[in-house]
Amino acid sequence: MWTFFHKLGSPPWLYAIAGTILRWLVPITLIALVAGMIWGLLFTPPDFRQGDSYRIIYIHVPAAVVALAGYYVMAIAGAISLIWRMKMADVVMRAAAPVGAALTFIALLTGAIWGKPTWGTWWVWDARITSMLILLFLYLGVVALYESFDNKEAAGKACAVLSLVGMVNIPIVYKSVDWWYSLHQPASIKFTGESTIDPSMLYPLLLMIAAFYALFTCCLLMNIRAELLQRESRTQWVKKIASEKGAD
Amino acid sequence: MQRQHPQSCSRGCLLSVPHTGQFCARVLRRQLLLAVRRPIEIGNPLLFFAIVIVLFPLGLGPSPERLVSFAPGVLWITALLSNLLTSDAVFRSDFDDGSLEQLILAPQPLFFSALAYILAHWLTTGLLLAAVSPVFALMLNLPVSALGALFVSLLLGTAVLSLLGGIGAALTVGLKRGGILISLLILPLYMPVLIFGTAAVQAAMTGAPSGPYLAILGAMLSLAIALAPLAIATGLKVSIDA
Repeated sequence: MWTFFHKLGSPPWLYAIAGTILRWLVPITLIALVAGMIWGLLFTPPDFRQGDSYRIIYIHVPAAVVALAGYYVMAIAGAISLIWRMKMADVVMRAAAPVGAALTFIALLTGAIWGKPTWGTWWVWDARITSMLILLFLYLGVVALYESFDNKEAAGKACAVLSLVGMVNIPIVYKSVDWWYSLHQPASIKFTGESTIDPSMLYPLLLMIAAFYALFTCCLLMNIRAELLQRESRTQWVKKIASEKGAD
Repeated sequence: MQRQHPQSCSRGCLLSVPHTGQFCARVLRRQLLLAVRRPIEIGNPLLFFAIVIVLFPLGLGPSPERLVSFAPGVLWITALLSNLLTSDAVFRSDFDDGSLEQLILAPQPLFFSALAYILAHWLTTGLLLAAVSPVFALMLNLPVSALGALFVSLLLGTAVLSLLGGIGAALTVGLKRGGILISLLILPLYMPVLIFGTAAVQAAMTGAPSGPYLAILGAMLSLAIALAPLAIATGLKVSIDA
């Protein structure tokens, strides 16, 4: 078990294992996304008050859920990089930031599109929406800080500190709908107690959430591979891969 | 924080190592002395505060009713910006002349010396901003009953801002152009302080108790004092290594 953990510190090994996982995960993700989308869009009953416009939750909710989870991935990778000085944790953190930012943006965008017909406005300064916007800025701040360092090792450490400091925002996002009286509805899916969403709508939603988690993992692994190639561009193993690809 | 230092030998000491408390007091004194020797550095954020406040009546129109409804936000945002602009320089000159490296090498924990830097920064910006804010609040027609809440909320809030700004300063001090980057990093973290700071003043304006909001600001300050110096210390070490 420990050898597995130690091997994670080796760039060529991480590159190879990420490639193997991707070979399986990408088809699964695509199937889950397409199936969830078709199920959610075509085979669920329309909402009795919102009609068909509610169907955007099949994008909105998974994107928002995974955007928050992505921040955990980034911050935990940052903590690992600071505590155990694992270089590969820096790579994971750097890879997670743009994916998380994109998902946060999708959540905000789909929310705005849904809000126009339902609330009558594109944007409200509501607690949860505002804190999601702050989350987007935190993600972009990590990317900006990383890019402004020439020394990538120092960049990783600095971003780790920043992402850990930004962690204070995450409980605020989760709890904002409970703490403040807000226009955004509270969570409908509960792990304990009765969910306030009908099973016929819930199951495709759960499938879509799982698909978005898989999508996040795919993007994360692809970013990790790209970052590894860039960082290690002077090493033998990267040159070998490059020459093999070039020969094809 | 008792530590055994190599210098504190039994056979008569040539070098005496100050205790952490003494050391921090010296750091604080040095920072304040540096600030006092260059009074313009203290004056600049206050002037900035005054000038930006003047922009609002010009931009929003001078009608007193409208100004008073914007006053808490205007005062708070302006204080926040002048705090942000000064926090870039907290470690800058010491990084350039190498004394920051000495500070990191010193046997005293960086946690407390970083706290001393931040305290000096707050004393020369936040405290003074809070002290002059009632004057500008009256110019914006803020009712006298809200002045107390404004003063206390700025007093507590700018201390949190100084601590958070210190994190940004520590992370960007090694970079050539830290100026705009520090705003990108730190402004998202400033937002909760802004929310509760303005809420306290608005509550006081409408006659509601502002105590709960001030208590939350106090809680934020306690948390920031406990955790921010850790991040500042790590950030400084990262910047020195880079």
